[in-house]
Amino acid sequence: MPEREFKIPIGPQHPALKEPESFLLTLRGEKITEMTVRLGYNHRGIEKACEARTYIQDMYLVERVCGICSHSHSTCFIQAVEEIAGLQVPKRGLYIRTLIAELERIHSHLLWLGVAGHEIGFDTLLMYTWRDREIVMDILALVTGNRVNYGMNTIGGVRRDVTTDQIPKILEAIDKLEERTKYYIQVGTEEITLRERLSGVGKLSKEDAIRLGAVGPTARASGVNRDVRRDDPYGAYGELTFDVIIDNHSDVYGRTLVRLGELMQSYKLVRQIIRQLPEGPISVKAPRRIPAGQAVSRYEAPRGEDVHFVKSNGSDKPERVKVRAPTLANVQVVAHMLKDGYLADTPIVIAAIDPCFSCTDRAISRTDIESGRTDRMDWPELRTYGINWYRKQGIDFSELNKKMRVLRESN
Amino acid sequence: MEALFNIFVFPGLLFVAVFGLAAEYIDRKLYALMQNRIGPPWFQPVADFIKLASKQELVPEHADSFVFKMMPVIAITSIITAFLYIPMWGSNALFAFKGDLVVVLYLLTVPTLTYFLGGWYSRSVYSMIGAARSLTQLFAYEIPLFISILAPAMLADTWSLSGISEYFSVHPWHILFNIPGFVIAIIALLGKLEKVPFDIPEAETEIVAGAFTEYSGRLLALFRMAIDMELVIGASLLAAVFLPFGLHYGPWVGFGLYILKVLFIIGLISLSRTIVARLRIDQMIGFCWKVIAPVAFLQFIADLIIKGIAK
Repeated sequence: MPEREFKIPIGPQHPALKEPESFLLTLRGEKITEMTVRLGYNHRGIEKACEARTYIQDMYLVERVCGICSHSHSTCFIQAVEEIAGLQVPKRGLYIRTLIAELERIHSHLLWLGVAGHEIGFDTLLMYTWRDREIVMDILALVTGNRVNYGMNTIGGVRRDVTTDQIPKILEAIDKLEERTKYYIQVGTEEITLRERLSGVGKLSKEDAIRLGAVGPTARASGVNRDVRRDDPYGAYGELTFDVIIDNHSDVYGRTLVRLGELMQSYKLVRQIIRQLPEGPISVKAPRRIPAGQAVSRYEAPRGEDVHFVKSNGSDKPERVKVRAPTLANVQVVAHMLKDGYLADTPIVIAAIDPCFSCTDRAISRTDIESGRTDRMDWPELRTYGINWYRKQGIDFSELNKKMRVLRESN
Repeated sequence: MEALFNIFVFPGLLFVAVFGLAAEYIDRKLYALMQNRIGPPWFQPVADFIKLASKQELVPEHADSFVFKMMPVIAITSIITAFLYIPMWGSNALFAFKGDLVVVLYLLTVPTLTYFLGGWYSRSVYSMIGAARSLTQLFAYEIPLFISILAPAMLADTWSLSGISEYFSVHPWHILFNIPGFVIAIIALLGKLEKVPFDIPEAETEIVAGAFTEYSGRLLALFRMAIDMELVIGASLLAAVFLPFGLHYGPWVGFGLYILKVLFIIGLISLSRTIVARLRIDQMIGFCWKVIAPVAFLQFIADLIIKGIAK
C-alpha cells in the first residue's frame, strides 16, 4: 500500500454496527490517524414526547429508550418522580427492583461478551454466550412476564411480586450461569488468539478516563474506582454487600475481565436479595398529579452511569425530562482510544464501550454535503418541515384541521 | 470426446462443483454442530448458488468492467486445471508429468491473485483494503506452504505428485516423518482459503466482505463456487502429499479412501476455525514468518537428513 491517506466510512450502515452511527476513519495503510464521530441517526424525540404524556405513560415510553437496559431507564426515571412526590417505596418493592436490575445486568453482560466475540471473528463465543443468556432471559420472563421491556416498575413500587415457587427456579438458573461464567473466565484468560486480539487494544489511561468522563466498565477497567451502586446507593444496594470490580489493564482485555467479574458479583447479589427479601407490600399508592419540583436521579446501568432529570409543574405531565444515557459519556472516549490504532481493531474498540446509539441520540444536526455547513432546526421549523414533507407524499391534514376547528368553536 | 468428458464432467467441472458444494455443506454443518447449533440442511449450498445466480448483476460505475467480470472465471479455470494433476484413486493422476507439483502450486496461487485484481478494480475502499490484505497475506502463508509440501517431495526425490504417492506407498512409514509438515500445511491452507483465524481479507466486521464487497449475482456465485472448489483442491493436494495410503486396492476402494481423506482434512479445517478468533494482519504475518516458516524449514532439513541416512 502506498503511504497515502484515505478516508473510510464505518457506518451509518456497516456490518460491525448494530445501530446506525457514523465513524469516519482517516487511514494511513492499516493505521488510523484520525477519527470523527457523528451522532444523530437515531433521534426519536423521546424527551419531547414525554412532555405530552402523563407520568405513567412516560414510564413505559422511557423504558423503551433502550432495548437492553430498559429496566435501568424506567427505574432511573421513576426514582426522580418518586423523589419529587416524596413517596416512600416499600422495602420489598425496592428489593424486587434491584433483583430485576441485577438479572438485567447479567443478560446485558452476556450479550456483550457474545458481540465482542463476533467483532473479533470468534463466532463460537457468540453462539455459546447467547445460548447461555437464554437461561437468564427465561428467568426474567418468568418473574416479569416479558423478555426485554419488563414493565415491572410503577410509580411507588413494582407491579408484580416474586412468588415462593419462582425462587428455587431463579437460584437454580443462577447456579448454572455461575458455572458457565467460570468457564468463560477460563476461556478469556487462557485462549491465546482471544488474548492477542484484546490486549493492548484501545488503551485508555486513568487520567484520560477521568478527563473525558468515561463511565461504567469502561472507566473501571482503567482503574477508576467509581460505581453509583456503592457511591450513591439506591434501591436495596445500601443493605447488600458486593465488590466493585476494578482492573488496571486499561484496554479491551481489561474491560472484558471487568464485565466477567461483574457477572460473578451479580450472581452473588441475586442470591443475597433472595435470602434477605423482606415481607410486606410491594408498592404504595401514587398520586396522579405530581407536585411542582425537580430532581436528578442516578443509576448504575450495565453500561455505566445513567442520569435522568425530571421537572414537574404540578400537573399530571412533566414539564421537562432529560435522559443522559451512559453511551453519551463513553462515545468521546472511543475517538481517543482509536487514535493510532489499527483498522482491524475499530469494531472491537467501538464495541468495548458496549455502545447503545439509539439511547444516546438526543439531537439531530443537518449537514449540507456540498458546503459542509451544519445547522439545527427549532421546534416550529421542524413542525412546518414535517407538515410540508407529508403534503408532498399526498397526506394532508389541513382540511381535517379546519373541520376540527369549526367543530370545536361550535361546541 | 474423452478429453471433453474429463474437463467438463469427471474429474473436471461438474465433479469438482458437486464435491465443492458438498464440502461447503460439511464444513458449515460441522462448524454449526461444534457451536451447538443445528446448521443448514444438505441442499443449502446448492440453494445459495441458484439464488445468487438468478440475481441481478451489478458492476460498479468506476470499476474496470472487463477485469471485474473475468476474474471469477479465471479463478474457477485455474482451480479445475490444478485438479487434473492431483492423483485420486491410484498413485497416478489423470495428467501427470515430471514437475506437476510446481504447476499445481502455481495454479493454486492464481485464485488469490484474482481476488486481489477483482477487488482492486472494484474501486471501492472496502474492496481495495481487502485486496491489499489478500496480497499481503499471500506473502505470509505461501512460503511455509510451499516448503512444507516440497519437504516430502525432497524425501521422495521427485517433483511429481504421482511420484510422491508412488514413493510413499512403497515406504509407508516414511510419511510419519512429515507430521509437522502436515500441521503447517493445514495452517497455511487456512490462510489460502481465507478462513478463521486468517479470514483477515474478508473480515466482515471491519471491511464488509473485503475484495468481494462489490460483487453480486452470478459473478459472486462463481466466486463463491471458486472458494468451495479451492477448499476441495487444497484438501486433495494435502491428501495426496501427506496421506498416501491404500492406493493399491483398485479404483473404487482408492476413490472411497480419497473422499474420506479429503473429508478428514475439511474436518480439521472446521475444527480450527471453531476454536480461535481472527488475528490482525500484523499478528498473522508475524506468526507465519516467526513460527510457521522456521518450523517448515526445519522439516525440510530433517527430510534431507533422513534421505541421507536412508540411502
